[in-house]
Amino acid sequence: MITLKINQKNYSVDAPPDMPLLWVLRDLLGLTGTKFGCGVAQCGACTVHLNGDAVRSCVTLLGRAVGQDIVTVEGLSPDSSHPLQKAWLEFDVPQCGYCQSGQLMSAAVLLKENPHPTDQDIDDAMSGNICRCGTYPRIRKAIHRAAEIQRTGVSPVMASSSSDTNNTIGHE
Amino acid sequence: MSKLSQSRRDFLVKSGIIGGGLMISFRIPAAGRMGKMTAPAGTPYFAPNAFLRIDPDNSINMVLTHVEMGQGIWTTLPMLMAEELDADWKDIKVTHSPAGNPWNHTIFGIQITGGSSSTWSEFDRYREAGATARMMLVQAASAKMGVPVDSCSTSNGYVLSGDKKISYGEIAPEAALLPKPEKVTLRPSSQWKYIGKGVKRLDAPAKVNGTALFGMDIRDEDLLTAMVVHAPVVGGKVKSFDDSKALMVPGVKQVVKIPTGVAVLATNYWAAKQGQKALSVQWIDGAGVALHTPTQTAKYKKLAATDGLPAAKKGNAVAGLAKAKRVIEAEYTFPYLAHAAMEPLNCTVKITGDACEIWTGTQLPGIDQQAAAKVLGFKPEQVKVNTVFLGGGFGRRATMQSDFVTEAVNIAKASGKYIKMVWSREDDLKAGYYRPFMIHKLKAGVDAKGFPVAWRHNIAGQSIMMGTPFEGGMKGGIDEASVEGVHNSPYIKELPDHFVGLHNTKEVVPVLWYRSVGHTHTGYVMETIIDELATAAKMDPVEYRRELLRHEPRHLAALNLVAEKSGWGKAAAEGRFRGVAVHEAFGSYVAQVVEISLVGNLPKIHKVWCAVDCGLAVNPDGVRAQMESGIIFGLAMALYGEISFDKGRVQQNNFYDYKILRMHESPEIEVFIADSNEKMGGAGECAVPQAAPALANAMFAATGKRIYQLPIIKTIPDKV
Amino acid sequence: MEQTTSRGLKLPLTIALVVCTMGMAAASAILMKTSPAKSEVEETQTPEDEIHQSVMAAMQREGLDVKDSLASVAAFAKVYKVLMSPRCMNCHPSGDIPLQGDKNQLHSMAVKRGKDGKGVYAAKCTNCHQPSNSAGKHTPPGSPTWHLPPADMKMVFQGKTPGQLAIQLLNPDENGHKTKEQLIEHVSSDKLVLWGWNPGEGRTLPPLSHKEFATAFKTWIETGAYAPGK
Repeated sequence: MITLKINQKNYSVDAPPDMPLLWVLRDLLGLTGTKFGCGVAQCGACTVHLNGDAVRSCVTLLGRAVGQDIVTVEGLSPDSSHPLQKAWLEFDVPQCGYCQSGQLMSAAVLLKENPHPTDQDIDDAMSGNICRCGTYPRIRKAIHRAAEIQRTGVSPVMASSSSDTNNTIGHE
Repeated sequence: MSKLSQSRRDFLVKSGIIGGGLMISFRIPAAGRMGKMTAPAGTPYFAPNAFLRIDPDNSINMVLTHVEMGQGIWTTLPMLMAEELDADWKDIKVTHSPAGNPWNHTIFGIQITGGSSSTWSEFDRYREAGATARMMLVQAASAKMGVPVDSCSTSNGYVLSGDKKISYGEIAPEAALLPKPEKVTLRPSSQWKYIGKGVKRLDAPAKVNGTALFGMDIRDEDLLTAMVVHAPVVGGKVKSFDDSKALMVPGVKQVVKIPTGVAVLATNYWAAKQGQKALSVQWIDGAGVALHTPTQTAKYKKLAATDGLPAAKKGNAVAGLAKAKRVIEAEYTFPYLAHAAMEPLNCTVKITGDACEIWTGTQLPGIDQQAAAKVLGFKPEQVKVNTVFLGGGFGRRATMQSDFVTEAVNIAKASGKYIKMVWSREDDLKAGYYRPFMIHKLKAGVDAKGFPVAWRHNIAGQSIMMGTPFEGGMKGGIDEASVEGVHNSPYIKELPDHFVGLHNTKEVVPVLWYRSVGHTHTGYVMETIIDELATAAKMDPVEYRRELLRHEPRHLAALNLVAEKSGWGKAAAEGRFRGVAVHEAFGSYVAQVVEISLVGNLPKIHKVWCAVDCGLAVNPDGVRAQMESGIIFGLAMALYGEISFDKGRVQQNNFYDYKILRMHESPEIEVFIADSNEKMGGAGECAVPQAAPALANAMFAATGKRIYQLPIIKTIPDKV
Repeated sequence: MEQTTSRGLKLPLTIALVVCTMGMAAASAILMKTSPAKSEVEETQTPEDEIHQSVMAAMQREGLDVKDSLASVAAFAKVYKVLMSPRCMNCHPSGDIPLQGDKNQLHSMAVKRGKDGKGVYAAKCTNCHQPSNSAGKHTPPGSPTWHLPPADMKMVFQGKTPGQLAIQLLNPDENGHKTKEQLIEHVSSDKLVLWGWNPGEGRTLPPLSHKEFATAFKTWIETGAYAPGK
């Protein structure tokens, strides 16, 4: 049995050390928020945090993850209160939504390491995550917005001033 | 008869059927999870039609006739119903419908999400469903409160009268006993609270915390993952196979032959994948082995040089061209394209005795139900289809042949196991169903001023409709999906001498609608050739189009709006170049301006301005999102998209050689929705066709070279 | 010939010539009495290489100076071929985006070097590149210390002539503050260097074996670390 620390909980799994972390998370532990898109680190849908870095779990073998801190989208926040999650909702980023777990996990590393990301920083951080629905312009806006929320702590609904959101029915 | 009034009539017919008792019988899986009921059996609830159920706990369960694949219908249909129902928005819960006739498309007559039709086709039915329910709730409440119906109003899930109020949930059991009203009155647009306003996506919260359930996420005890080894050559068949090595892989449980290949069943994906690799299969290649993209190109070019079956004809095109002041010729080549949705195809199947249950993301639940029943020798009602969120569709999850559902059912049948079939990305790109490979060849004759007077245009490619139940809709051998956007082009249809011909070619390759279907190529051809004619006429591309589209108010409105917003006519910044395109698809009119610079020989796309006239925009931000989405989809297609064949083998494998636009390549996009009272069109596909030609026209502005072949990357030497 | 090949050096030409001439003369003398040492890497050895190596081995035994610009430059020509091969050059790009594939295309996703050479934010090298090669074709290659040279020490190979590259390699301000001995050590046993000869499925190998490369590198340094003229 191998013990994994995921989202601050310990999990025991019976799996070979060369099994990719993605399949341990999804098929053995039922943490299906992390998605399978390509299997070869091309699309980023499987991105999770390993000791704070946005690793592609489809090519990260279980052996590398043992004893390390793993965070999946389920552990990004307990109640969708991460600034990125709030900003994602404010801008209605997701379409089909399949890539968004990976997008959020990548963006979370960007935001943690750079509280004031520029457009160039966003390009540099996010180009490993494919979105077939083309939500990139909204992801970009939402990252800028999340950086603002992270800095000021202002809730998105209160800070909203665009004409669209005046007529908007919120999620609350 | 307009589409809307037709849909209204259809609603009345359908609601008659539904009133007969179906309202009690259908189950709503809670939040898309398997098998659970929202309320315990026997709990009284109010279900006045197949689209709504109100429970005593005040939950407003709306049942969708169309599936959510990113386009936002999970939000738009509830808006329509909520507009009449006066429910509290926070009480609304949404589910996909099961497979069944009550949820058939109001126009197409089958259960389908496609053709950018979900919003306009349900505009009446969902509002009427809400209005009917509200009327019955008011009646029941007035009786219970002992007040006249006229004294009652509704607000946020309550029926109010003076200082009395009663919640929808509380009155639901009594409302359920009332007869349905003969007739309901819908609210005038002046009273709309939701329609035309901003509403947040109802599916977004589940899509930012990993809880949204996709087909890929189905898990259960005893559920095995199945992967299939498909023929390497398109159309190939299994000759023999050796499963000894595959069965030695830990976790692999079984190997079974199915009509489309050999399936490996294992306890998890990783084991199944190892088993798939270890399986040795001998194949009978068949005719597909002759398929070679360069040969196909040469063959189709020859064909397109001759006149095909007439799709549009007026006067004499040949004579017209002979009289023209000048003739411009062009030949265009378009590759096969794979949809490449982010969620690879998958389908879960459980067969228990004489019942079959399916969980998948599908655009055709009813067709899939029938296909599964056929494989099993069941009646359709013995098959239950649970539609979960689709991780992208773009047409791929709508095969009339139900290819991936049929394959999964075959695996379950052959193995006797409860299985989740999962395709790898490689399987997803290689195992078929593509936008057809197409060649266009045209001659445009212009007058002394440079405006077209005669046109001869031939298209060669496989028909999408042929061989499907839609074939009956083909008239004179013309598949609209091959010619739409050319045979009815505003640039061609009024010309005194014109001919648009079609050669329906036959190949082993299975073809399918791909987001915006025929417009993916026809929009490109028309909007780049018109740009070329404008250049030949020494006219500004927008001015030239304005002249040709002077009798097309909606094209013109979109074109003028985008020209104004992009500042067309003013010089672009140093090193920046612009291109424009305007095209109608699925009843919506879209114009785009693309601005680029060159990095080496490659375009860097900086910005896209987009104007759309889709009639009433029910959810404006949803429309904006679909324009952004369509543009990026179109640009990816233009720059990178290609599936090619060598000896019948697909040459692409994964996202490293079938590229999709990434963040750093994605432009800033500004969308402007025209204020329009015109007939409603769709939003999901209409912004795809213009992006590629607008980009190519910008490339021409930068390089002086026209691009006659997609993807662009293939035509650029010295690519980085 | 010595003059031409020595021109790239910053050493005064005359000194170089003197050293070379002396070295060759002494070596030739010794060679007469000793049988040539058997080469460890025979397959691509030229007769000249063999002579040079045996000469040097003999000189070292005699405690003589082994500087030889001809041998040195010839050895560097081999080193250069390897360093400019995709397996080495792709991570020593002229820009801040690494290269990939045998055509040295810009790395997809436009990943960046970053300050420490380990990538940036959510696009750090080891987010995809594992401690060892991922299985299969077109999967990320891997090594425990997968990285680019850092931003303040870019060690660019791409676009460099043999002369430019040799000078850069020898300059501690441009080579990661390495002495010649450390350079030899680096090319002989650094795991990331060694990865070039175990690059994973579907990737071409450098034109020489690692042993040949390391030997050539050592020869280059030990015969005087001469830089080619161009």
